[in-house]
Amino acid sequence: MSVKVIKPGLLTTVQDLGRPGYFHLGIPMGGAMDRLAMRSANLLVGNDEGAAGLEAVFMGPELEFTQDALVAVTGADMPIFVDEVEQPGWTAIAVKAGQRLGFGFLRSGARAYIAISGGIDTPPALGSRSTYAIGALGGVEGRAIAVEDELPIGRASGKGRAGASVPQALRRGPGSPAELRMLPGLYWHRITEAAQKGFFEDEWAVAPEADRMGYRFRNGRPLEFVEREQPFGAGSDPSNIVDGCYPYGSVQVPGGTEPIVLHRDAVSGGGYFMIGTVISADMDLIGQLQPHTPVKFVKVDMDAALAARAERAALMQRIREAVG
Amino acid sequence: MKTRYSFGGDEHIFVEVDEEMSLDAFFKSLSMTNAVRNSNIPGVTEICPANASFQVKFDPDRIHPDDMMAELKKLESAAENAEKRLTTRIIEIPVFYNDPWTHETLMRFRERHQDPNGTDLEYAARINGFDSVDDFITAHHSTPWFVSMVGFVSGLPFLYQLVDRERQLQVPKYLRPRTDTPRLTVGHGGCFACIYSVRGAGGYQMFGITPMPIYDPEQKVRHLKDFMVFFKPGDIVKYKPIDRTEYDRIVAEVEAGTYAPRIAEVEFDLDAFNADMEGVNAKLKEALYVG
Repeated sequence: MSVKVIKPGLLTTVQDLGRPGYFHLGIPMGGAMDRLAMRSANLLVGNDEGAAGLEAVFMGPELEFTQDALVAVTGADMPIFVDEVEQPGWTAIAVKAGQRLGFGFLRSGARAYIAISGGIDTPPALGSRSTYAIGALGGVEGRAIAVEDELPIGRASGKGRAGASVPQALRRGPGSPAELRMLPGLYWHRITEAAQKGFFEDEWAVAPEADRMGYRFRNGRPLEFVEREQPFGAGSDPSNIVDGCYPYGSVQVPGGTEPIVLHRDAVSGGGYFMIGTVISADMDLIGQLQPHTPVKFVKVDMDAALAARAERAALMQRIREAVG
Repeated sequence: MKTRYSFGGDEHIFVEVDEEMSLDAFFKSLSMTNAVRNSNIPGVTEICPANASFQVKFDPDRIHPDDMMAELKKLESAAENAEKRLTTRIIEIPVFYNDPWTHETLMRFRERHQDPNGTDLEYAARINGFDSVDDFITAHHSTPWFVSMVGFVSGLPFLYQLVDRERQLQVPKYLRPRTDTPRLTVGHGGCFACIYSVRGAGGYQMFGITPMPIYDPEQKVRHLKDFMVFFKPGDIVKYKPIDRTEYDRIVAEVEAGTYAPRIAEVEFDLDAFNADMEGVNAKLKEALYVG
């Protein structure tokens, strides 16, 4: 079976949980920016958590089904319609052959995840169906979906049941101001104590340059550098380093002005210093931030990062139990 | 050299072998990443070597970050004494310097450049003390380069020039990065050359373009059939200047599936290189052209 793309939305890509293992060649893991939402959508329709679905940014696509299927939409909150009838989010919905799935205007969050029973069955590239548009890899010919694409769908497990739902208390979206917990490190020593303090005091806002590669933030004070003679090969700006690796979630600040948090389609390295890394538990949240959202960075230590990670894993486990 | 370890959140450890670039730092980083790979530490998910640093990604559900850190530190002293020697390959990369496509792009982004009234080549020639662009181009292609990192995006190589530090070509990056760079642009930033594997944003100065693809996700290009990424750290590159006619000829050969890059197997020994750079470079070129 397949699903026909009537309208693609703004930027809708096929994503699963990514292709770890090639970052040393500059090919990032990719995959859903909000992994909890992607996993939840898959569970609702009876798929493996790592099946491929769609990630739709700010605006949903319109899809026509050629066979009966279960679908679930999680993540960003936008009205969901099957033909003209509004449907609940975070819930398995039965769709009949010939019906269309469509969306209204975004209410909150940034990325909706659409799972279809059987999963999207485009050819895997390096072990994943995730679309990495910069490298023209995965998904539909390495690009976002377009009008008249026919998305192949795999065989449904039959485990999903219409009406299954993730309880309200277990759904996650961003607060306002959103809080991103960061473990200082990497080149944290390159900025003055006053700048270190100021970074956490300031209220930042998501800049328009926010995509799968990274999220840029503005409105905070410029960071003041500790003076030094630049090392050979680094470049003359105080924010330059000898090109090195970038962790996922690392916070680089080119020129000391606007921090950029690297996300699932991160560049694997480069010549800008980094002041720390957003903890793994808060990465999903970034994918749901709209431009202009106020954001505070919150300083944490490793114990707090690991506790947050365990809490996130426990939440996912509760979703599995609630849906299963 | 002073090695510095830092956590990159709860899933990464970043190891800076040295603040400044040198082949000694590269080889120590390479030895350490090889040691990490061979030690089979549980929970390691990715090992990414860079120019003078490296990064290990791990699963903190399988190994506590502090234990991971302790495991990595244990490997350092052995890596220091490892042989700085590689069996590798030298590859000839044809370059059409001062080509129309990078020229069009650099003119389009002139207001983001240090010298809005010239070209990237004119600027690079002047600040490196050359009388003419031609002299600069000659300096660029007359010595081999060493691939000290692959990354940024899809198989992009960073290359370090195999000459004395005093003779290394150095240029700053653009004041503000461009939003566009032609695919296969030969660029330069800091002391590093690069080849842009795909079209996209970039901040390096642009000197020319190569007709030889280095990344092909469809794996249709003949020399990329086995794997979509061409370069790996430790590769050695010799640029060869070509004109428009030869550029067009190679593009046609690539499309016809008949192009094969000129490649030779070579040994690279860092101590031998440091003792006699010109001699080692002459031998590298000999392997490529006389073989």
